[in-house]
Amino acid sequence: MAGIPDEIYTGLFVFVMAAFAGLEVIRRVPQLLHTPLMSLTNALSGIALVGSLVLAGADYGKLETTLGALAITASTINVVGGFWITDRMLKMFKPRPRVEAGEAK
Amino acid sequence: MIAAETVAQLNTFEQIAYIIGAACFVLALKWMSGPKTARKGLWVGILGMTLAVVGTLTDSRIVTYEWIVVAFVIGAAIGIPMGQWMKMTAMPQRTALSHAFGALAAALVGTAEYYHSLENGGRPTKFIMFALGLEVLLGFLTFTGSLMAFGKLAEVLPQRPITYKGQNFVNLAVLAVAIIMVIMLIIDPTQKPLWLAFSALALVFGIMLIIPIGGADMPTVISLLNSYAGLSGAAMGFVLNNKMLIVAGALDGASGLFLSIIMCRAMNRSFTNVLFGGFGQLQVATDGGEEKIHRSSNPEEAAMVMDAAQKVIIIPGYGMAVAQAQHKVADLASALTKKGVDVKFAIHPVAGRMPGHMNVLLAEANVPYEQLAEMEEINPEFEECDVALVIGANDVTNPAAKTDKTSPIYGMPVLDVEKARQVYVVKRSMNPGFAGIDNPLYYLENTSMLFGDAKEIASQLVTEVAKLGSMHS
Repeated sequence: MAGIPDEIYTGLFVFVMAAFAGLEVIRRVPQLLHTPLMSLTNALSGIALVGSLVLAGADYGKLETTLGALAITASTINVVGGFWITDRMLKMFKPRPRVEAGEAK
Repeated sequence: MIAAETVAQLNTFEQIAYIIGAACFVLALKWMSGPKTARKGLWVGILGMTLAVVGTLTDSRIVTYEWIVVAFVIGAAIGIPMGQWMKMTAMPQRTALSHAFGALAAALVGTAEYYHSLENGGRPTKFIMFALGLEVLLGFLTFTGSLMAFGKLAEVLPQRPITYKGQNFVNLAVLAVAIIMVIMLIIDPTQKPLWLAFSALALVFGIMLIIPIGGADMPTVISLLNSYAGLSGAAMGFVLNNKMLIVAGALDGASGLFLSIIMCRAMNRSFTNVLFGGFGQLQVATDGGEEKIHRSSNPEEAAMVMDAAQKVIIIPGYGMAVAQAQHKVADLASALTKKGVDVKFAIHPVAGRMPGHMNVLLAEANVPYEQLAEMEEINPEFEECDVALVIGANDVTNPAAKTDKTSPIYGMPVLDVEKARQVYVVKRSMNPGFAGIDNPLYYLENTSMLFGDAKEIASQLVTEVAKLGSMHS
């Protein structure tokens, strides 16, 4: 058996490892932060930018450039908007003010 | 040689940027494990993204930057206002919309890569064609599916599920056709018309998948779409042989999957049941027409009881979000807290329209996060609590889920609200919830109804509690 080609093999390897690492860290995210978690992973999924940048910038032809540019716009909306709103949300999560905590009980 | 051309060698800077970037992403998610470290997590995520983008910009294949800059500026010009001015109550819609954008980007890249791979008589390998098929199928179906979800959440489209006879059969048939098309494309990738038909089918499929899903199932569906968008990105990583994309896609996919599992568990339902169930279609449960009696009360009386209580637990639901009552409810909580009442919020995992929906709304209204309790944590506390105040929540408080085997929601984990000494339920009328399921909680001896708009009632409660305060002093 020749085995699967090297790049596919390493790709699958990376995928499986990342998925497990992801599940392990995400399992620890409390319900409190599930919405910010989703908007953060949303922003991270804007990593499609990486693929789009090459398409729009390389000398591939009109179709590729156009689709690439559209993809950059769509994923930039995600990246910028996603990080922005996650920041806004996380700023709202505040602990109980310390003065009050001292008063009670 | 196509292989050599499509899989261009990355430069060293790019490689290092990707490795550090991927590590940053894992760290970002790790730090989301608590409100104290979460912002640090966000910043390390931004750092990872910046590294990935800057690294890519040095790629030897990129020869011009004009389109990149234009497209980036347009994207930022749309993204920043969306991040800055979108209301917190609109979070579920916004999330659905951004799933749509992410998935669209992946599908567009896949489309471009497909055509590019055919140039100069080239042919993608079988594996690349498979990955392209997956990327574009998931990308396009998530795009239209998320737009549908957006429409339902923004109430542009009807929230109730739309079902027809043989719907599941039709959906499965469409999926089967899509898979056959991918196989045919793997055998002969040069069939451009077939590729177009496949893309169109994926777009239509996304719409068909979301049509039968009702508003109350949105938390699961949004999470699932999140997962699809991630997997589509990972497939792109395989097409481009880009490990950074594979890692980010896998993380996103894992996160979406994890959240959908939690949501399903919280409703005691399986994936297939959510996707193919048409839950909202369940019959209105009839109890043989026997007349049941409920008690109603008024804000004045309720305020008095809460004022005298030692411990009050508030149970918010989607109704609170609809009535935009979160600020008034928070005022009530802080007024009671100031009088020495121990106030907590009991938050069911599927309360609202997306995971964590209630937490964000209450955090926006300045409720300290220590007061927001998860179901497992708060359930034992109902027994020792004087007042449970239910605001706009229904099925998640239904004791029939624990006792009545014939109930459609039997087995669903619910909040033990009925164990409180006194229960107040703020509700517009006696109409049952989304699935037409009657809630026995409303007819218990220790339950009193407060009929009216949630915001209105909450603000009356605040006024009444304040009045009581001035009398004491």
